[in-house]
Amino acid sequence: MTIPVSAADWIVINTELILVGTAMIVLLLDAFNRRISDRISPWITLVGVVGGLVSLGFLWGQEYTGFAGMLVIDSFSVLVKMAILFGTGLAVLLSVDYLRREELAQGEYYGLLLLSTVGMLLLTSSANLIMIFLSLEMLSIALYVLTGYARMRPRSQEAGMKYFLLGSFSAAILVYGVALIYGALGTVDLAGVAEALTAPGILSNPVLLAGAGLVLVGLGFKVAAVPFQMWTPDVYEGAPSPVTAFMSVSTKAAAFAALTRVLVFAFSDLSGVWMAVIWAIAALTMIFGNLVAIAQNNIKRMLAYSSIAHAGYILVAVASANQLGIQSIPFYLIAYTFMNIGAWAVVTVITRKGEEGVGLSDYTGLFWRNPLLAVSMGLFMFSLAGIPPTAGFTAKIYLFMAAVNANLIGLLIVAVVTTIISAYFYLRVTVIMFMHRPSEVSAVHVPIAAYVAIIIAVVATLWLFLFPNSTQAFTEAVWRMGL
Amino acid sequence: MLVQYLPFLILFIVAVAFSGGAILLSRLLGPKRPNPVKLAPYESGMVPIGGTRRPFHIRYYLVAMLFILFDIEIIFLYPWAVIYLTARAARLFLLLEMIVFLGVLMIGYIYIWRKGALDWE
Repeated sequence: MTIPVSAADWIVINTELILVGTAMIVLLLDAFNRRISDRISPWITLVGVVGGLVSLGFLWGQEYTGFAGMLVIDSFSVLVKMAILFGTGLAVLLSVDYLRREELAQGEYYGLLLLSTVGMLLLTSSANLIMIFLSLEMLSIALYVLTGYARMRPRSQEAGMKYFLLGSFSAAILVYGVALIYGALGTVDLAGVAEALTAPGILSNPVLLAGAGLVLVGLGFKVAAVPFQMWTPDVYEGAPSPVTAFMSVSTKAAAFAALTRVLVFAFSDLSGVWMAVIWAIAALTMIFGNLVAIAQNNIKRMLAYSSIAHAGYILVAVASANQLGIQSIPFYLIAYTFMNIGAWAVVTVITRKGEEGVGLSDYTGLFWRNPLLAVSMGLFMFSLAGIPPTAGFTAKIYLFMAAVNANLIGLLIVAVVTTIISAYFYLRVTVIMFMHRPSEVSAVHVPIAAYVAIIIAVVATLWLFLFPNSTQAFTEAVWRMGL
Repeated sequence: MLVQYLPFLILFIVAVAFSGGAILLSRLLGPKRPNPVKLAPYESGMVPIGGTRRPFHIRYYLVAMLFILFDIEIIFLYPWAVIYLTARAARLFLLLEMIVFLGVLMIGYIYIWRKGALDWE
């Protein structure tokens, strides 16, 4: 008997191993000395995340398949993993002072954050439907707990419960879809699926179509695409702000990686069917997210709807399913990570204990209270709206170009029109911050760690606009990868 | 293609018909002489006290959860042991793998222990 574990397997999961190890250290430290753990566990976590990023640097440009084709490392997964780890790192910086302010325990929080990140990293590498389900569960279960982490606050509890119930349903739907696909094709391996689909007559198999549809529903829930977006505003609003920042970018990145891998690589022969579905979902998501965001007076809910809308934009790239589209997905995810975490960082800083102060009116005249914060928030809003000179602009250009190349003119028109609509509610925040004077000028206290996070996000948002070429080499490598 | 699943359908119908038929027949044909003792719910011979639908202390759930967790993990030892017997070449590797697995479990165990999840009081 041969043991199907080789050196390549360890290379494939080395980033995950680093983070799992860090999580174990954080948990044990918390179990043995709460006082020390409260002080140093965020920094241990950061070291682990940076270690993960370094290990990704070593993996760059290489291709590995591990664990009998369960996991793959290619340029696409490395780039998305970078986006996820950037998101985790920035979320850690936000959490340090947030947890102190809300008087929440530190150790467990970082353990859960790291384990959820590990799930996301595995999801990005998954090349097998079972692995996709497993890693999706791994990231979700930790996130359910994190969502309800402020357990003395009813809104947080409610959010955690809602997310848990709906998330479990969607996971069940996903795994049912996997079962049907296995029933139709006799394989759960993505490469095997792609191969099985070349058999004549298989494409009209109703069991296969039902299975693919259910998998789409399960993943659509995680990326918060219409009509599976119902949970998003409540969960994003109720969860602790740094957790929302983390899950709005990193979960989305991981789930989009899986969605792209399943649809574009495994089910590419079925694209005649899912293309129309993704087209409709993308259009609906963009329209719904942007229109409902206009009506929000609560900044957390507004950003929640904005994150739904951005899922719609990325779906345009998925629907394009061409070279540029696949390349633009990691770029968009990285750009979105920085601009969205940046916006959530400002929200985290502005809110007071017990998540008070999340109305748009709390941002009135922010410029006079803290100019740097207001300018950063303005930049993030510009970026989310896709206005230069920001990463959001460049990312959207790539996306729209992909749609043009794929001849998706109708979808492109929807995307452009909804982008213009979105400018209204993003710029409204800017107007409130800069053009209204506050009734009383009280300085905003910004913890140093949060400042660092905001400055990193600002620099990255500008950098990705000014030097998109620096990432071009990265994104161009993406298309080369096979599955 | 669906024809190959016909035995399952037949099994399903027979199972439902048999169990449903047994309940129905005993209801129709059986003699009915009820008295209060017969109608009382059976609680291992004890006289029933109060309803069963009352809240349990949350500790029960915690212990039950932890039990199931470790119970399921232990199940993994069985297939491992079977493979360990047949795989002579890679025994050291298999042993190390299982030590790593149990080590991670152990960390979880230490964690819940230190956190006081196992203290009843």
